Amino acid sequence: MKILVCISKAPDTTSKIAFKDNNTAFDENGVQFIVNPYDEWYALVRAIELKEAQGGSVTTITVGGADNDPIIRKALAIGADDAIRVDMDAKDAFQVANEIALQAKEGGYDLVLCGKETINNNGGVIGGMLAELMDAPYVPLATKLEVNGSTAEITRDIPGGEEVLNAELPLVISAAKGMAEQRIPNMRGIMAARSKALNVVAPSGTEANTEVKSYALPPAKGDCTFIDAENPEELIKKLHEEAKVI
Amino acid sequence: MSVLVFVDHQNGKASKASLEAVGYAKKVADQLGTDLAAISYAGINADGGIGAYGANRLHVASNVSVPDSGQLAKAVEAAASAEGADVVIFSHDDLGKAVAPRVAVRLKAGLVTGVTSMPGDGLEVTKNVFSGKAKAMVSYKTDKKVISILPNAFGMMPNETTTEVKEFSPEVGSAGITVKEVNTTASDGEIPLPEADLVVSAGRGMKGPEHWGIIEDLAKELGAATACSRPVSDIGWRPHHEHVGQTGVAIRPTLYIAVGISGAIQHLAGVNGSKVIVVVNKDPEAPFFKAADYGIVGDAFEVVPKLTAALKSFKANH
Ligand SMILES: Cc1cc2nc3c(=O)[nH]c(=O)nc-3n(C[C@H](O)[C@H](O)[C@H](O)COP(=O)(O)OP(=O)(O)OC[C@H]3O[C@@H](n4cnc5c(N)ncnc54)[C@H](O)[C@@H]3O)c2cc1C
Ligand SMILES: Nc1ncnc2c1ncn2[C@@H]1O[C@H](COP(=O)(O)O)[C@@H](O)[C@H]1O
Repeated sequence: MKILVCISKAPDTTSKIAFKDNNTAFDENGVQFIVNPYDEWYALVRAIELKEAQGGSVTTITVGGADNDPIIRKALAIGADDAIRVDMDAKDAFQVANEIALQAKEGGYDLVLCGKETINNNGGVIGGMLAELMDAPYVPLATKLEVNGSTAEITRDIPGGEEVLNAELPLVISAAKGMAEQRIPNMRGIMAARSKALNVVAPSGTEANTEVKSYALPPAKGDCTFIDAENPEELIKKLHEEAKVI
Repeated sequence: MSVLVFVDHQNGKASKASLEAVGYAKKVADQLGTDLAAISYAGINADGGIGAYGANRLHVASNVSVPDSGQLAKAVEAAASAEGADVVIFSHDDLGKAVAPRVAVRLKAGLVTGVTSMPGDGLEVTKNVFSGKAKAMVSYKTDKKVISILPNAFGMMPNETTTEVKEFSPEVGSAGITVKEVNTTASDGEIPLPEADLVVSAGRGMKGPEHWGIIEDLAKELGAATACSRPVSDIGWRPHHEHVGQTGVAIRPTLYIAVGISGAIQHLAGVNGSKVIVVVNKDPEAPFFKAADYGIVGDAFEVVPKLTAALKSFKANH
């Protein structure tokens, strides 16, 4: 089974969020970048588990500049076999999906995995776009994934429970929590990653469909009103009369 | 040139998130000086209740019975073309996340998801980014536009109309997925977390799963859903679907009560859209108090039962 995993770069979850150039760009100053958690913990690890159990290969793909190489090396250290980087500074999800779809079609992958969403763009759209461009079934927010020959069994949460779906490969999945456990790369993996192939390819030149005009930070919350622990009636009263939420 | 809105349904009725999207779409239609058409699929009963939110017409793809994103995208495209719709609106719920990106590709439309504002004059919209730690204003470069709104960001906007229901059978090919089984564990009356207006949440401060009774009692008294921090679901004290935060569910209820949760930045990322936040924590230095509207410094095991009792007597008098 040939598996393609979409890997993106995201600011560390504790990063201070600030903007520059008149609030038109994210200020990367002092920010640590990580592999987007959903891509790494769930999509990538599940792909590697499937390969370990059934054979095949795991390739990662990233659309972005050379500044992505450290996170790609981490994915290789965790256990991906090789990597593709489409060398472009994408402006929106459609551009990213288009580039990945081109590579996915060319490579003839059976399974394409991406994360539920990036923690910086919070789009959650790449998987669906990819599936449409590849004319493949798509199941977002999968919490479990099993593959049996050419059929996949996917579990996902629904309100108050879960559902189990079947779909034929080739298939696109977005991975949510539950699909796998985080893996910490070991020394051998890190050494091996150095000699694995990271293939840089040129972009096809699709245009973006949307454009971020500006960013803003939310207004700071007002000061917290403290209520005496012995007097919870006061809280109920305030929630009713002042906040008007009960 | 109508506006088109996608409607999902459960037990024959439009889902709450879809009704919110219909209300939003009606406003967009008014803004553009046009009317509102909706698209749904087999299983919706009559208009599913969307007439009360302003939809003039409902197209039902009677040949689509499972919510397969590939078939639904083709059905939406067919309805958009029949209506001449250049603006298509979704709720950014589980099904919207599957269908909207496919529709955007088919229509060659720009797509913005998790939208939190009404569109501006050029239909630019605002969405949360960096897991709610910032907002982005996004504009479209395409003539056709797909807007997917963040659930619970707008609330319900009733607008009484009569909806004309039309069944059709668009060309949709075969379904890519089949549903093997559906297991619901929720007992009757349990409120699904993403839709809840009131949420009581607890963290590692509860010390163990056996202590959740007081949290459930408070939630029950309030009519609230329950949630938890990530470590709590990771160690199996609570089910995974209750985990809120950056890597769990993002919610924006009107009231969020957090008990024994420290308020780590990753937790806040999933709840900072809440209208009012109440924090109960025995540590006055807990970071959560900085994000709270109301705080009680105290031991959860004493404060929570008292709060439940106070709520009970409040309800008796109101
Ligand atoms: C990449 C990444 C993603 C993450 N995503 C998430 C996420 O989505 N959601 C999430 O929640 N976390 C997430 N985390 C974890 C997060 O950083 C915190 O570790 C976690 O939220 C802490 O959970 P907690 O507040 O329940 O526990 P703790 O941090 O242990 O806090 C327990 C709190 O309970 C208080 N307490 C103790 N006893 C009592 C008592 N008797 N009465 C009242 N208060 C008491 C303590 O003062 C303390 O403030 C993520 C971490 C990383 C690195
Ligand atoms: N630049 C990128 N390169 C490769 N994969 C990406 C990129 N951006 C997003 N993805 C994948 O698409 C998923 C959803 O991203 P998004 O739609 O931006 O929330 C992520 O979890 C990744 O798996």
